This record gives sequence, C-alpha cells and structure tokens, in this order.
Amino acid sequence: MKRRLPPTLVVGGVLVGLVLVVALLSIVWTPTDPTHVEVAARLRGPGASGSLLGTDQLGRDELSRIMAGARNTLLVGVVTVVIAIGVGVPLGGIAALHRGPVEDVTMRLSDVLLAFPAILLAIMFAAVFNPSTVTAMAAIGIALVPVFARVVRGAGLQIMQQDYVTVTRTYGGGGVWIFVRHLLPNVGSVLIVQATVAFAIAILAEAALSYLGLGTPPPTPSWGRMLSESQTFLDQAPLLALWPGVCIALAVLGFNLLGDGLRELLDPRLIERVPTQG
Amino acid sequence: MAETLRVENLTVRVGSLEIIHGISFSLRAHERTGLIGESGSGKTLTALALMGLLPEGLHAEGRVAYQQRNLLELEEQDLCRLRGDRLAMVFQEPMTALNPVMKIGQQVAEPLRIHRGMRAREAHSAALDILHRVHLPDPEEKMQAYPHQLSGGQRQRAMIAMATACSPEVLIADEPTTALDVTVQAQILRLLVELVEDGGSSLLLITHDLPVVANVCQRVLVLYGGYVVEEGDIDVIFGQPAHPYTRALLDAIPPLDEEVPDRKLKAIAGSVPNLGEFPPGCPFRNRCPRADEACSVMPALSGDAHRVACWHPLA
Repeated sequence: MKRRLPPTLVVGGVLVGLVLVVALLSIVWTPTDPTHVEVAARLRGPGASGSLLGTDQLGRDELSRIMAGARNTLLVGVVTVVIAIGVGVPLGGIAALHRGPVEDVTMRLSDVLLAFPAILLAIMFAAVFNPSTVTAMAAIGIALVPVFARVVRGAGLQIMQQDYVTVTRTYGGGGVWIFVRHLLPNVGSVLIVQATVAFAIAILAEAALSYLGLGTPPPTPSWGRMLSESQTFLDQAPLLALWPGVCIALAVLGFNLLGDGLRELLDPRLIERVPTQG
Repeated sequence: MAETLRVENLTVRVGSLEIIHGISFSLRAHERTGLIGESGSGKTLTALALMGLLPEGLHAEGRVAYQQRNLLELEEQDLCRLRGDRLAMVFQEPMTALNPVMKIGQQVAEPLRIHRGMRAREAHSAALDILHRVHLPDPEEKMQAYPHQLSGGQRQRAMIAMATACSPEVLIADEPTTALDVTVQAQILRLLVELVEDGGSSLLLITHDLPVVANVCQRVLVLYGGYVVEEGDIDVIFGQPAHPYTRALLDAIPPLDEEVPDRKLKAIAGSVPNLGEFPPGCPFRNRCPRADEACSVMPALSGDAHRVACWHPLA
C-alpha cells in the first residue's frame, strides 16, 4: 500500500519546480535580453509595449530579469549548500568517530562559526576581495557549515552506538570505512531535509546581501538587488518592488515546505513496518 | 594440536577496578573451546579484549599472543588488518548487528573488500559462494534483501558468513544462539562446527547455556567473577566437576528423566554480586557451601589437563 504524499511536500515541490523550470528556461529563452537598456521605455507599468511585468528604471524588461534572477538564486543555493555539506559533513563525521579532544575542537570551532553572523562574514569577504556572487556564496556556505556538522555529529553519535558498527569493526572496518559505508547512508535522509532548509536560508541570505550591495554585482539580475533598486522609485512604480519580493517569498516558502514534507516522508517512525518473513 | 591464540595473564580494568583478573588459556587449531559463566562473569569482556574492541574507559593488560605478536600492544591500524581476516567474531543479537539500510549481499561482501581488496563485482560473487556455504536458502534472492526481510536464523547465518568470509584462524562466537529459537539454534551450532572443522580454525564459544557447550565443545573454561575457576575436557567438566561453582551450575539444569522434588528448580544461592562487590579472595565464597577462612585468598589454577582454582575441590 502506498502512503499518501504529505500536502506540504506537494506544494513545496510545485513551487521549487516552478523556480527550477523558470531558471532553466531563462538559459535558452527570455522575452527580451534582461540586460538590454532602453531608457526611453523606463518605468512602464505591466502590460505596456509587450513587457508583461513592465520595465525598470533603465527600461529593462522586468519579467526577463525575474527569470534570469531565478537562475542566479538557484546557483547561489546549490553552491552554498554544496560548500556547507562538503565541509560540514566530514567535520561532523570526524567528531562522531573520534570523540575526545578531536570532537571538542571541531564542535567548539563550529560554535564560534555559528555565533558569527553571515552578513559580517560577507562584509569581511567583500572588503578583502571584491563583492561578487562568489564572495556571497562563500560567506553563506561557510556560515551554514556548523548546521551540517552538528546534524551529522548528532546522528553519527547515535549510529556509532549501534551493534552493526561494532560488527564492522570486528571484520576490520576502520574509521573512514565506517563513515562512508555506514554513517553516511544512515544520515542521508536527515541530510536531504537539512539541505532543503539550508537552501531556503541561502536564498534569503543572498537576497539580503545583494540588497546591501554585497552580493551579485550589476548588471547580472538578482532578486535582492532588484528589490533594493526599486526602492528609489517606490512612489512611481510600486509594483517593481512587488515582483522580486513575491519571488523571494515563494522560493523560500517552497524550499521550506519541501523540507517539511521530506521530513514527514522520510521519518522512520511514520514508515510502516514491513512484515518479517518466516 | 597447534596453538592459534595464547592468552596470558589477561587483566581488564575500568579505572582502578579490576574486572578480569589475569586469566590465561590457549586456543588450538580444530579445537572448539567453550567459555561459560553467568551474566556478569566477564565472558563478553574477555572476547572484546581479545579483539581489541573494549569499550572506552576499559583497559586490557597482559598478553594475547597471535603469531608471536601481542595483540594488546598492536596499533589500531594493524589490528584492523587482523580483525575479520585472521580473527573474527559473531555476536549475540542478529537483529541489530546488520546495517538496516544495506543489502545483505553488500554487507557480506564488506570483509572481502576490506581484506582481499576485491572490487564490488568480484566481492559480490564471492559473497554468494559464502552464503551458499552457510546454507542460507535462496542466496541469490537474499543477496538483494535488506536485513528486516530475513528471519533471525537467516540473519545469524549472514552474520556467520561475514565472520567466516576470510576463513579466520580464530572465531569467537559470543552467545550466537541466545536470540534464536531452539530448532534454529541446533542448525546454527551445527553450521559453526562444520565451518570450524572445514576451515581448521579454533572456535571460542561463549555461552551461559550448558547443553550448547556439551553439544559443541571439546574443552571448557568456567568463568566466575573475572577468574577462570575451572578448565578441562568436556567429559571431565560435565562428569566430575571439581569446583563447587561448576557443580552448582550443572545441578541447576533441570533433569528431564526424574521428578523434580516439590516442583522446585535448583538454583545457586544468592546472585552474582555487582562489579566491585565481589568478596576478596575467591569470588564465589559468599555463595559457596564449602567456603572457609582459607578462601579469603584466591587459589591459583592448578592441575594439568583438568585445572581448578579451589582450596576445597570436590572429589
């Protein structure tokens, strides 16, 4: 008997799917070039002269920029989550496997990182290097490392107590073997859930950084920057702030719902026991 | 018979508290040795100490000699190379001893991949052969199954397959049949005997189940309170036990052919004291009908083939 999919998973999946489709579509097609400036056609309302969502202060097509912005958003999300998992998971694994001083050092390091605001880290990076999508992604990625390190350590400590880990040791499995073959597959579902939530955090953080001018530099379209630029023209074209705002909200909502839905779907307590054979 | 493993003065401590008190014995090729005793007598700790897998906080001293090397002094890396290859262990609880998210075939193949450096495909077909050898029904199909899809007996067969994959010289089985029902028990024990006979290895069978020892083993070590109190051939130990504790253990087996008086089973007076609460001297003296002042000093294990540690041995 198949279980019904949790509604949060369906709604979240649809929203995330929508962002994904739009981002992919923008690679091959947008209504007009999102960086094409046409000052004569600036600040037009929706529907005017063939641009569905109107134009911005430089006469660029808003819809095209929103579509291209989705690509930027997803790129940032993927790269930051990859950084966070790539550093956080081995760190948490090492802590769970070795305990003692090694665990203390890695976990206190992650505490320090956790106490350090991502924005501050991004400002630091932007001051040292030039502010760019790369510095923003690095800052957000590093800020998310402790989240994954903690999740893996927590789940790992529990798994290290299991008999099958002891059994693995009786047939000669060392630390790396246990980590790759036994720990990772068992924390997989927790990681997937955590990754979707981290994705939402990353999107929001990138929007905030771009809004502050610490993220994606112009002319690459970014939802956060579009929001900040529209601020000046709020009384002339209030809808310009609405479009990127709605997009950020929907994307974040989508990933959060997806995370919740996956948590529900993968929760072992909710999975029906398969009857044992003879 | 050639000695495979020699244990000399093995002592296990947690902090300053001694749990295993300098026990000595040796395992020989083709020989099946039983290690018996009540819960808390130190059977499992002895096994874990031999494998170098004592839990954190416990320390082993003495000598566990394998091919002129003291296992207790080996680096973890070198131990990893021996474990599963030359020394292997089967655990009591087949329900939790297999990784629930890994297919049986993959798990049985693991020791081969670690020790024989086999590639996944090669190890897979070798694992199939091993599952045939442990008489797992439909091995092809079971290779693709997850642990929860197997019965207890089948899982224990898979565990034994993993432990014997590299034909170890020393196989330690820690209560391998305790979690299984009686009919399956007999099959698993027969399998263990068969594998040890064929492979020429030594078996150390840890159990509290005396009939199991009587069926499987040729030699017995009786453990109480962290001491080996008696050691000898199976017929001697079961026929003329010399230590009062061994006698009491044997008396506790309910006779099948006679009426039990007052329908009461014989039990050993009192219970095993908690760690650190054993009396000084012979650990059994507070439960022993023959104890006197002499017992405040622990006697040495003496004798040749049949060794006993008691001031007042029976017969």
